[in-house]
Amino acid sequence: MKAGKDKIIDEVTQNDYKYGFVTDIETETAKKGLTEETIRFISKKKNEPEFMLEYRLKAYKKWLSMKMPEWANLKIPEIEYQDIIFYAAPKKREDLDSLDEVDPELLNTFNKLGISLDEQKKLAGVAVDAVMDSVSVKTTFSDTLAKHGIIFCSFSEAVKNHPELIKKYMSSVVPSGDNYFAALNSAVFSDGSFCYIPKGVRCPIELSTYFRINAANTGQFERTLIIAEEGSYVSYMEGCTAPQRDENQLHAAIVEIVAHKDAEVKYSTVQNWYPGNKEGKGGIFNFVTKRGLCKGENSKISWTQVETGSAITWKYPSCILKGDNSNCEFYSVAVTNNFQQADTGSKMIHLGRNTKSTIISKGISAGKSNNSYRGLVKIAKKAENSRNFSQCDSLLMGDRCGANTFPYIEARNKSSIIEHEATTSKISEDQLFYCNQRGISTESAIGLIVNGYAKEVLKKLPMEFAVEAQKLLQVTLEGSVG
Amino acid sequence: MLNYYIVDMEKKFLKLNDKFNKQTSLFNDLINLFEENKNQIFKNDTKKISEVRKQALEKFSKSELPTLKHEKWRDTDLSKTLSKNYKYYFDAEENNSEIGKTFKCVVPQLDSLSFTFVNGWNTFESELITLEDGIIIGSFSDAMKKFPEIVEQHFAKTFQPEKDFFSLLNTSYAQDGFFIYVPDNVNSQKSIQIVNIINNDENIFLQPRNLVIIGKNSKLSLIHCHDSVNQKNSFTNSVTEIFLNENSNIDYYKLQNLNNQSTLLNHTNFYQNTNSNISSNSISLNGGLIRNETCVEIEGEGCAANVYGLFLMDDKQHIDNHIFIDHKKSNCVSNELFKGILDDNASAVFNGHVLVRQDSQKTEAFQSNKNILLTDTAKINTKPFLEIYADDVKCSHGATVGQLDNEALFYLRSRGISENNARMLLMYAFAAEVINKISIEPLKNRIDDMVKKRLRGELSVCDQCVLHCGTPEKEIDFEIDLSKI
Repeated sequence: MKAGKDKIIDEVTQNDYKYGFVTDIETETAKKGLTEETIRFISKKKNEPEFMLEYRLKAYKKWLSMKMPEWANLKIPEIEYQDIIFYAAPKKREDLDSLDEVDPELLNTFNKLGISLDEQKKLAGVAVDAVMDSVSVKTTFSDTLAKHGIIFCSFSEAVKNHPELIKKYMSSVVPSGDNYFAALNSAVFSDGSFCYIPKGVRCPIELSTYFRINAANTGQFERTLIIAEEGSYVSYMEGCTAPQRDENQLHAAIVEIVAHKDAEVKYSTVQNWYPGNKEGKGGIFNFVTKRGLCKGENSKISWTQVETGSAITWKYPSCILKGDNSNCEFYSVAVTNNFQQADTGSKMIHLGRNTKSTIISKGISAGKSNNSYRGLVKIAKKAENSRNFSQCDSLLMGDRCGANTFPYIEARNKSSIIEHEATTSKISEDQLFYCNQRGISTESAIGLIVNGYAKEVLKKLPMEFAVEAQKLLQVTLEGSVG
Repeated sequence: MLNYYIVDMEKKFLKLNDKFNKQTSLFNDLINLFEENKNQIFKNDTKKISEVRKQALEKFSKSELPTLKHEKWRDTDLSKTLSKNYKYYFDAEENNSEIGKTFKCVVPQLDSLSFTFVNGWNTFESELITLEDGIIIGSFSDAMKKFPEIVEQHFAKTFQPEKDFFSLLNTSYAQDGFFIYVPDNVNSQKSIQIVNIINNDENIFLQPRNLVIIGKNSKLSLIHCHDSVNQKNSFTNSVTEIFLNENSNIDYYKLQNLNNQSTLLNHTNFYQNTNSNISSNSISLNGGLIRNETCVEIEGEGCAANVYGLFLMDDKQHIDNHIFIDHKKSNCVSNELFKGILDDNASAVFNGHVLVRQDSQKTEAFQSNKNILLTDTAKINTKPFLEIYADDVKCSHGATVGQLDNEALFYLRSRGISENNARMLLMYAFAAEVINKISIEPLKNRIDDMVKKRLRGELSVCDQCVLHCGTPEKEIDFEIDLSKI
């Protein structure tokens, strides 16, 4: 039995990161390092209006006065900010109208990743905004969406075409000085996605952004802003990959969601940045600030995430439940293997009456990795009759990994109910024996058990993603019991 | 000769803004105070113990005053209590023993030996006492004189976070407290009760230091009470170290009933050897600011650590329970159950931290914290942490915050029970889970009474001894006919 297990572990560890290729594409980069000049360069490069430059500089000043946060249960090597290239963009022609004008190398890259920017994608009914090295390459289906009044474009286009929306909503959920990485992003962000759903519109197709880091020594800093007007609905997906490199690359993103009265936003992520090799060398440092605001009554935001990549993940998708009767859900599966570290969870801040939140977090740690859930549930005094349910389970595979749970619960009124429960366990011999006895190999049994364990979260993903996520889980974990 | 100093804290502590300067001057003040009174503090020391003190003071001088910015103190604000002036005594007051005699504490039907401390100083008539079965009880200062080797071997040897401000302060200043030594193979039927009474005309700052050593195959039940008998300010920084040798057992009960002006920082450190058992139960009934910091170091296999607690707070009282259980060895079990009811503007913190180290396989660790908020102004912050580095473990935690069940209330009311009584009954039922963990029957009944009294608002700190220990037991029950239910 033991030998069999070892074999499986070998198989798993030999499973290489299949998105680790590099595309040979001409890129335009800023000088290494971060100074006021870099920020001016980025702003100029992007032909930004004056207010954006001011915003960036203000954030930069704040960032200088801040310190790297140390509270997370992570060992983060010193990040040398002056060695990072803060802006890299694939060289492209001025304006792109059709796909023919896109660099074929680029198209190839995305085809290789299984992200078709082709109109063929019509069949799948997904509109994609592809972002390479923090610059939006191509957004598909913009025209179709425009018929419904939906704006789905890159962030820089939105700055140009819809400055009033940007001015109104940018940083309304994540202030530029919110935390160290949010301030850094606000100062240097290069592009990202912008999505606006007008009143009463139900977005007919899934919107998707695909992030790809390609150039070496660069950091990726993108920003996503989603605004759902009264009574609207949108389902939004995000995916990401990066080439295999020996050095660590920095990714610091911001996602802001505003849901007005009766609006619903569903945000799904499959995060598969390069996790580093078996010795823990290389990999992406993923420091992301994601926050939603349930602004109006009866609004709803749901976060679903499958975290399998990145050397270090520092990510707490959170929600401010401001409108009465608003609702937020957080579903997460976080998998760490080898030397990966993850400190992730959710924050639910209840401000409105009768607000409801659910947190379901499933952590799986294998190898020598460390996986922590860190969450906050805060019920303010005025949030009468609020309700929270949190469940955080951890599954340990191997005796050299760690699984931690750090929940913070703060209650300020007498009519709310908060429940939190967590368990930590490993796949039991009994479960395996049961499967073996019925002719299921240990390998498939583990796959079965892990899938069952994560099912609650996986079933919340849009179909397209669910398949990918399931595969990812299998690749990362199959048989890591030892 | 009465020997005291005023620790003038007002000018030094407080306000986070210009924290740095103020801290520095406080440090200097406390360090100077130590230097000035070295002779007094070192009076009973052996060389080794003096050395431990000096080291602790040195570490202390490098540590930081806990403020809301420190993760472990983010919900407990000390600035207010530290903004007051306190007197610090380096010697016992003359009339202490009189007071000690007056406040005899007798739990009905409980076979116990009671020892009283007044303002942190012992009121024992003789030095160390040896009981029939060989148990040695006495004051910490006497133990240093008589059994220097035992004290040297154990003093400040339990888990003390390098940077824990108050533990270090206590170690460097420690003068008096209780000392209990249970030899091997003693299973005492008698309970030992230690009563700490605070009775002073001025504000005082005290630092009791207690040491308990339990020999192999022995058992001890210890009741440790903190009471105040008037409404003066007090600041108690108490450290208790409890060592359990192989196959030993302790039943440890903490009973806290202090006035609303008092601050109690109560550090309890357990050190467990193979197959030892802990059952610790802290009942906090009243107190301005109470912080129970319990650390359990599991250093041997086959240990069990059961840490329970109940807190009933109202007014502006604040309670903070910090429990750290360090599973260093395999095959051990730990259990935590903390329940609390908060009324008025009371606030509570629960911070349970279970650490299962690598290779501590077959560990079972359970944590549970349940709270009831009765008003919109009461606050609860709960943080049940699990940190696990071994895979063959069963660990879980749960935390809930809620209120009395409306349906249950309705059920009771529909059977003719007044709202008040129905609420009392439900609250009592909620608290009973912890009370039922008390294994000494007479003590359980006593605490049961006190909890009922507390829920009815009858138990408060008055000029009389809070526990009314002298008065015969009165049957206190709810004014309801239970047969109707």
